[in-house]
Amino acid sequence: MTTPLLTAEGLNLHFGAIAALRDVAIDITAGEVVAIVGESGSGKTTLLRVLSGLMAPDSGTVRWLGQDVHAMGEAARRRLMRTDWGFVHQNPRDGLRLAVSAGGNVGERLMAVGARHYGNIRGEALSWLAKVEIDATRIDDLPRTFSGGMQQRLQIARTLVTRPKLVFMDEPTGGLDVSVQARLLDLIRSLSRELGLAVLIVTHDIAAARLLADRILVMRRGEVVEQGLTDRVLDDPQHPYTQLLVSSVLAA
Amino acid sequence: MTPAIRTEGLSKAFTLHLQGGTRIPVLGGVDLAVHPGECVALWGPSGAGKSTLMRCLYGNYGAGAGRIMLRHGAGEIDLVSADPRDVIAARRETLGYVSQFLRVIPRVATRDIVAEPMIARGVPREEALARGTALLHRLNLPERLHGLPPATFSGGEQQRVNLARGFAPGYPVLLLDEPTASLDAANRAVVMALINEAKAAGTAIIGIFHDAEVREAVADRLFEVLPHQDAA
Amino acid sequence: MNTSEAPSASGATTLEGYNFAYLDEATKRMIRRALLKAVAIPGHQIPFGGREMPLPYGWGTGGIQVTASILGPDDTLKVIDQGSDDTTNAISIRRFFTRVAGVATTEHTAEASVIQTRHRIPERLLREDQIMVYQVPQPEPLFKLEPRRVETKRLHALADYGLMHVRLYEDIARLGQIATAYDYPVMVNGRYLMSPSPIPAFDNPKMDRMPALQLFGAGREKRIYAIPPYTDVRSLDFEDHPFRPIRAPQACALCGSRDTYLDEVITDDRGGRLFVCSDTDFCAERQADAAKEAAE
Repeated sequence: MTTPLLTAEGLNLHFGAIAALRDVAIDITAGEVVAIVGESGSGKTTLLRVLSGLMAPDSGTVRWLGQDVHAMGEAARRRLMRTDWGFVHQNPRDGLRLAVSAGGNVGERLMAVGARHYGNIRGEALSWLAKVEIDATRIDDLPRTFSGGMQQRLQIARTLVTRPKLVFMDEPTGGLDVSVQARLLDLIRSLSRELGLAVLIVTHDIAAARLLADRILVMRRGEVVEQGLTDRVLDDPQHPYTQLLVSSVLAA
Repeated sequence: MTPAIRTEGLSKAFTLHLQGGTRIPVLGGVDLAVHPGECVALWGPSGAGKSTLMRCLYGNYGAGAGRIMLRHGAGEIDLVSADPRDVIAARRETLGYVSQFLRVIPRVATRDIVAEPMIARGVPREEALARGTALLHRLNLPERLHGLPPATFSGGEQQRVNLARGFAPGYPVLLLDEPTASLDAANRAVVMALINEAKAAGTAIIGIFHDAEVREAVADRLFEVLPHQDAA
Repeated sequence: MNTSEAPSASGATTLEGYNFAYLDEATKRMIRRALLKAVAIPGHQIPFGGREMPLPYGWGTGGIQVTASILGPDDTLKVIDQGSDDTTNAISIRRFFTRVAGVATTEHTAEASVIQTRHRIPERLLREDQIMVYQVPQPEPLFKLEPRRVETKRLHALADYGLMHVRLYEDIARLGQIATAYDYPVMVNGRYLMSPSPIPAFDNPKMDRMPALQLFGAGREKRIYAIPPYTDVRSLDFEDHPFRPIRAPQACALCGSRDTYLDEVITDDRGGRLFVCSDTDFCAERQADAAKEAAE
């Protein structure tokens, strides 16, 4: 088995009396897709924020390629977030510059790491828009003229343009229509395979987790109650809560 | 010769926490060994645990006790205790599974669904598509369906997509759960031919064959799975 | 307030009851410390404790405070506004320093030791023994793109300037070229992104490796920054859309210059217009030289 890219152990976090994370451990290797599922209040989003350095835990460590993420300093973390990491927010507005054109949004990360040829930057932007199925004619349009699904796809293009090794996704399909969700999930699935991305996706949608993830962690009240191979956990759930979760999913 | 896949004392029980913790034992101490080029048919009454055994072999179900030793790469791995990532690697390279029902992924074309496992193993896309398409033709799936997602296909059509996907990569070990269930005679014959060709190529096959004709044509021996006698 | 006047070192009469150059010595010391820091970190904005000045924000209080802090009795001061010595603001500020510092003043760039400017750099090449003081309205080059101060501080600290390039990219995408005509962002010493103040983009190349010390004061925002002599100053651009200084293609109607920055003057209400050098001193010099040559 290859060395994990990101490892975390003993993560604890309390918000006052509420235990948001209780002794949580997780790791992720190159190219694998890991889903963290749970209901509201399970701690899954908190876990994502702690893993991506946005929030510090009370105790425990998170390591990226062996380096302590929370000890490395804001500058290093920001650099990571611009290069090796990506973050897809639930609301695309949080991950896009709404007053900047689609092409500018996609090109920004390239420019932030030193790209200085307008033609090349625009070319990259066009190819990424094509990858996320946004029509090339929209390259100069502002994201506020896009539909929710399009904005989300734009956010994904913007995140992937510097070919990060690890992408954090926070409920990327939340709030989208079902048909739009399907398209987005398909996109995430094919891009992650094509680019060999490691993806850590937080979702309450079990079906999406089954579709995308190699491994799944089930969280409840800050604890990981069960984890393992996605199809094993969903088809042969062991923990009572997992069984409840799986049985509650409506089939179309 | 070492078996391609073997179990030692494999046991499996389900605990239904939502039904007050009812425990349903299904498999108890199963010892099964299948060699390369051999086809073993799981045989027994309905509900006895044939599918459960097959799913355990694939790692889809966990095991309560015992080992499942799979010859993988240079050595053997125990699928029961292996790290999930190793199970994924084993499934990619060594262990194929044709389930009874195709799990449908929206928006992906049939030919891409079939090509996917090969591409995951590093086969170039063009070759993967060619091999997949050849099998789809052999299974008499019309060309016009190859570009469509299988969501709207009939049961028999979906089953054929599943079969093409399972047979195309050439796994050393292949698990087949009711591979001919929704097929007509002509396609049953194709499946039988595919199984025999795979055997000749050294594949170890474990199958559940409801159809006696198919079972007799491909199985080298039967492995009986009886309803588990609950010791308690 | 006692406003009787007294003779000063240069012979000009100054107001009594004011310290030399209006600011008290402690304030000047504080501003000089800020200037030293600014010179040590070219292009980086240094906060300073701006004082109440006898004119409102937006009229050059920052530039005046910098000039007041560095002025000595033997200095010769030139003040220009949009390149010209004879506009209202230039005259006011020059008179202010005459009254509170008694320093000699001049309209000739070559004779000045300190030049305070709004919106232009003189056409004449400056020397090592001269100091330029720029009046700055908004010291933060990223302000329009990122209004949060906390965030821009971080961006400068991390040299994270992708945002500014995005802005230039947007210009090219929308207009086919970079449309910024003034206050064109520059990289100083390869490290800090800086606003050169609202000078025309045409003037930016003059800042590069200028022999004179360049000081910038923003009074309302209370920031000082500096470019030491002979420092690298590069205007941002793209490899395939390089920076070009833009000027009106005409020649000056008074001196005939084809390479100075021109003002457009409307002469009548029928569309008549003239183009003249914005730098009045330089234009006058050229005219004088031309007259001399004609006489020979």
